[in-house]
Amino acid sequence: MYQEIILDHYRAPKNKGLREPFEAEVHHVNPTCGDEVTLRVHLSEDSTSVQDISYEASGCSISQASVSVMTELLIGQSIDHDLEVAGSFLQMVQSRGTVEPDEDVLEDAVAFAGVARYPARVKCALLGWMAWKDAVVRAGGAIHRTSGDEPSSVTATTTSSAAKSTGEGYE
Amino acid sequence: MTLHLAAPTLDVQAIRRDFPLLARTVRDGAPLIYLDSAATSQKPEAVLDAEREFLLRSNAPVHRGAYALGEEATDAYEAARSAVAGFIGGAFDEVVFTKNATEAINLVAYAMGNSATAGPEAERFRLGPGDRIVVTEMEHHANLLPWQQLAHRTGAELAWLPLTDDGRLDLELIDEVIDVRTKVVSFVHQSNILGTINPVATIAARAREVGALVLLDACQSVPHMPFSVEDIDVDFAVFSAHKMLGPSGIGVLWGRRDLLAVLPPFLTGGSMIEQVFMERSTFAPPPQRFEAGTPPISQAVGLHAAVQYLNSLGMPQVEAHEQRLTEHLLRRIDELDGVKVIGPTTSEARGGAISFVVDGIHPHDVGQVLDDRGVAVRVGHHCAWPVCRRYGVSATTRASFYIYNDTDDLDALIEGIVAAQQFFGVTP
Repeated sequence: MYQEIILDHYRAPKNKGLREPFEAEVHHVNPTCGDEVTLRVHLSEDSTSVQDISYEASGCSISQASVSVMTELLIGQSIDHDLEVAGSFLQMVQSRGTVEPDEDVLEDAVAFAGVARYPARVKCALLGWMAWKDAVVRAGGAIHRTSGDEPSSVTATTTSSAAKSTGEGYE
Repeated sequence: MTLHLAAPTLDVQAIRRDFPLLARTVRDGAPLIYLDSAATSQKPEAVLDAEREFLLRSNAPVHRGAYALGEEATDAYEAARSAVAGFIGGAFDEVVFTKNATEAINLVAYAMGNSATAGPEAERFRLGPGDRIVVTEMEHHANLLPWQQLAHRTGAELAWLPLTDDGRLDLELIDEVIDVRTKVVSFVHQSNILGTINPVATIAARAREVGALVLLDACQSVPHMPFSVEDIDVDFAVFSAHKMLGPSGIGVLWGRRDLLAVLPPFLTGGSMIEQVFMERSTFAPPPQRFEAGTPPISQAVGLHAAVQYLNSLGMPQVEAHEQRLTEHLLRRIDELDGVKVIGPTTSEARGGAISFVVDGIHPHDVGQVLDDRGVAVRVGHHCAWPVCRRYGVSATTRASFYIYNDTDDLDALIEGIVAAQQFFGVTP
């Protein structure tokens, strides 16, 4: 399960730290293990693309590396593109190994294919991705609900605090 | 069933033959090394056989005995109650079967809440603003939330005994925490996360001085050491069958007879009544008053067999065996660099649930490396989140053991920890 890519991202996470500007900030925790992530998204003016994802997180190598890899894949892309990637990622880690990951879509994230064999770790791998999706929705991102919507059992595993927007005088 | 009659020490190899599960392999052929008995114990064949035999031959509803089968089932269920009572030095009618220990604690907490609308006989259970409920900072969530929520519902105040840096209760301010307003003190006998064995007599004595009720969470003590309610001055004690070789789905509330006699019911319905009218009802005496609905019958039969199995080993021998393992693991961990025990680091007044953190490796990752080697441990906050917060860790790895473990299992754990350190490149 511990591919070298995962260990690399764990030791030297990319895009870490909370940055401004941002339109939404969410805090997700995994109540079974206490892993947590605070994540911000900054969208383009027309709310169709992701300009920045910044975060602070604590937890195991899988959850930390996963959010790091995610930011590399999703920053600077359209929300439509990012939702497709997120959908593929979700499908891969929930597949119990039955789905062959699409390397063209998932790139480095295919390293997490091994997580699918360990149901207890799927939530670790998804923590950052669920936080990202929640943040995009709260930021008013233009989401076309066609594919990639996760089953409710997954969203139920994380709890989110209310989104804090810059307009509410956060900080 | 193998009888291991009163040998001075446990014959672990013989015991393991009674637990077929322990002979299996996991993942890619690694022999299973089960170190999570504080979460749930494995079951010997004698327990499974007893349940199966009951279900195949005598299954019927209890306390309805108009036919032979019903009498047999009732006898089997009540024989289990007698056996459990004998195991903990209590009386037959002081043992209530519940779904689990969590429900047993909730039973007492909710019954105390229900006393607000009960008769004058329930006066001493009533709580309101100005009253105090005392727990400790090391409680399992099961012995924190029922009291925390009862405090919210009644307006009573929740207070707790804090922890020292070395994982024990800080009793310096016990007289201030358990003050004259205190109506109930509920605390754990042996911590599921720290392993600490608490001084029951000291805490109970202070509770008595202020006239408070005392509940003891004995989930981690009854399975692992000689335990008798005759030796300790508490009003209620709870534990669960599945941590002591028995089935899941059944727990135990022991309560002093005079208190159970006036405690209002928690769950209501069939089996717990005396007379029922459309507009009012009266309730059966204990223990039936607290056993609404069809009880866990075959589970009680399994628990009976578990009690017999433990008695055949001898609880002093069980305790001595675990003491030896505890000393061994604490010594082996102490020899490692970069591994810190969360809890007492000596075996004095501590049992065989040993939590630790490995510098630079998240507990989930420690657990994963161990799992790939067949070593099953618990990682996380162990349903004791405030304890993790107190010691500044998000989670720990916990090894806990029982009658079927030996020092080889603990040595395999140590090898796994070293392998994790090497894998993640944090070897000091």
